Amino acid sequence: MPDRAGVHLAARVHLRLVYAFLYIPILVLMVLSLNRAGLPTAWTGFSLKWYGVLAESPAIVSAVRNTLVVAVSATVISSILGTLLAMGAERLNRSSTLDALLFAPMIIPDIVLAIALLSFFTLLNFTLGLHSIILSHVVFNIAFVCAIVRTRLRNFDHSIIEASDDLGAGRFTTFRRITLPVIFPGVLAGALLAFTLSIDEFIIAFFTAGPGESSTTLPMRIYAMIRFGVTPEINAMATIVMFVSFALVLLSQRIDRGSTQP
Amino acid sequence: MIDAAAPVIRLQDFSKQFGLVTAVDRISVDFKEGEFFALLGPSGCGKTTLLRMIAGFETPSAGRMFLGTDDVTDLRPNRRPVNLMFQSYALFPHMSVRGNVAYGLEMERLPRAEIRRRVDEVLEMAKLSELTDRKPDRLSGGQKQRVALARALVKRPRVLLLDEPLAALDKKLRQEMQLELKRLQHEVGITFVVVTHDQEEALVMADRIALMRAGRIEQLGDPKTLYEQPATRFVADFIGVANFFDGTVAEGGILAPPHGVLRGAVPGELSQGDSATLTVRPERIFLKTDKPSEADNAVRGEVIDLAYHGSDVSVHLSVANITRHLVVRLSGEETYRPGQSVWCCWNPAHARILA
Repeated sequence: MPDRAGVHLAARVHLRLVYAFLYIPILVLMVLSLNRAGLPTAWTGFSLKWYGVLAESPAIVSAVRNTLVVAVSATVISSILGTLLAMGAERLNRSSTLDALLFAPMIIPDIVLAIALLSFFTLLNFTLGLHSIILSHVVFNIAFVCAIVRTRLRNFDHSIIEASDDLGAGRFTTFRRITLPVIFPGVLAGALLAFTLSIDEFIIAFFTAGPGESSTTLPMRIYAMIRFGVTPEINAMATIVMFVSFALVLLSQRIDRGSTQP
Repeated sequence: MIDAAAPVIRLQDFSKQFGLVTAVDRISVDFKEGEFFALLGPSGCGKTTLLRMIAGFETPSAGRMFLGTDDVTDLRPNRRPVNLMFQSYALFPHMSVRGNVAYGLEMERLPRAEIRRRVDEVLEMAKLSELTDRKPDRLSGGQKQRVALARALVKRPRVLLLDEPLAALDKKLRQEMQLELKRLQHEVGITFVVVTHDQEEALVMADRIALMRAGRIEQLGDPKTLYEQPATRFVADFIGVANFFDGTVAEGGILAPPHGVLRGAVPGELSQGDSATLTVRPERIFLKTDKPSEADNAVRGEVIDLAYHGSDVSVHLSVANITRHLVVRLSGEETYRPGQSVWCCWNPAHARILA
């Protein structure tokens, strides 16, 4: 059947082209980050020196530190609040409008959320800084954590909570020993996703950051650097950020999947 | 012996309203020490709601519950010396068999050594000693059921409540487990209250059965009483197979044209001319080809078909003035063929007349 073989071949070629379209720019970036001369025009040999330059730049080190502070804080806060929100919504919420509102921060354009948050902070006379970025990240991260934990709660057999109650446990013990361990893979997957979103978030951080180095996060730093042209250390930086995000997303997917199909 | 026992739980005018629906309607019943009690009924009759109220998961709209002499109506489930075995088993998926069974004792803050000893003991009794480290998702249905049972029994509750304990098992295993449950109940001496919709299960296992209908107890008694002396047509129909003749009360029986008067003991509350139903069990009827004696009730019937069950045969006959068919259960030695005309006879003492 030559026809079917032909279709099959075409489909495979098509698939490769799509992947090429998606990943060639990133590959070029990775290769350039390893280029000794640092010029985008010619390959002059393999070198890791641009990665070294990164580590020696105080502005970048401080930006990395700020980013980690923001990401870790926002992740912890949004994981706790998002999980509680998911449990409450799953138990009490019967309205699809309220449901849609829970998920809204995931789809509202970042720029809209950024402007809204900035206006809100200004209205309250809130001093901007790392803490305002953290709060802003918590806003959209809660929605993601909540969404992931809720899919986990969908398949949750609520009779195990009654069973725990029946066997003599109080509400808090039941949460600690039964509910939390069972939904924990969902919480962890949500937290990882929140962390990933937070470390490379630019627009909202840009709007809600305070002035100066002290609240400049890594994406903001990169943006500042790029205004003077794409330098090789930016390529190196982007490569690192990409690998970290990629690894975290993969990990989060694996945790969530691995636990639903034993 | 059981009859002399004191009630362990007494329900007084127990009711539950869900909005406009009355799920349980003023039920008063005593569960006795050490008995196997079945709450039987079709789905929606309120039996599960009643069970959940006893466990403490639903609050009664009215009525009180006493444990011995203590009023426990307002106690939360975790404070009641009563345990429930869930229909879905509700095993903790992240804990091993041992973890599941030990959980309830850990909540009582017993010393580790005692927990270990009691868990081992109950695992042994439930034949789970080989499986202690397995997680629930690696157990068969029957094994899960035994873990759920062990987890509830290890607490040594005053009363063990079982919600459709065998519904999730296949037929053969279910019959095995009916006897197993009865044996276990006898061994531990704890009062069992089981909810079931399966009349056969209730007849096999229970010392007493409460047959429920629309939130009320239709009849309460031992299995033999319910089967042999059903109080209402609903009971006769729900428990086992029954044949019904509709008619009006006459002297010494009911007038059910065209069969004339079918004799039977007329209950005191019925007077002549009232409409009534005569019921008779399939195994009480025998078939004859010749005109039967005057002593027995007899109606003409025509054989429609025969269903062979191995140990016996069900014969379905078309008879005038009867809903569906007349069913007769024979030992299997006699043979009849479809289309054959016969007399269906029974001793009037085996018939019951119901309002």
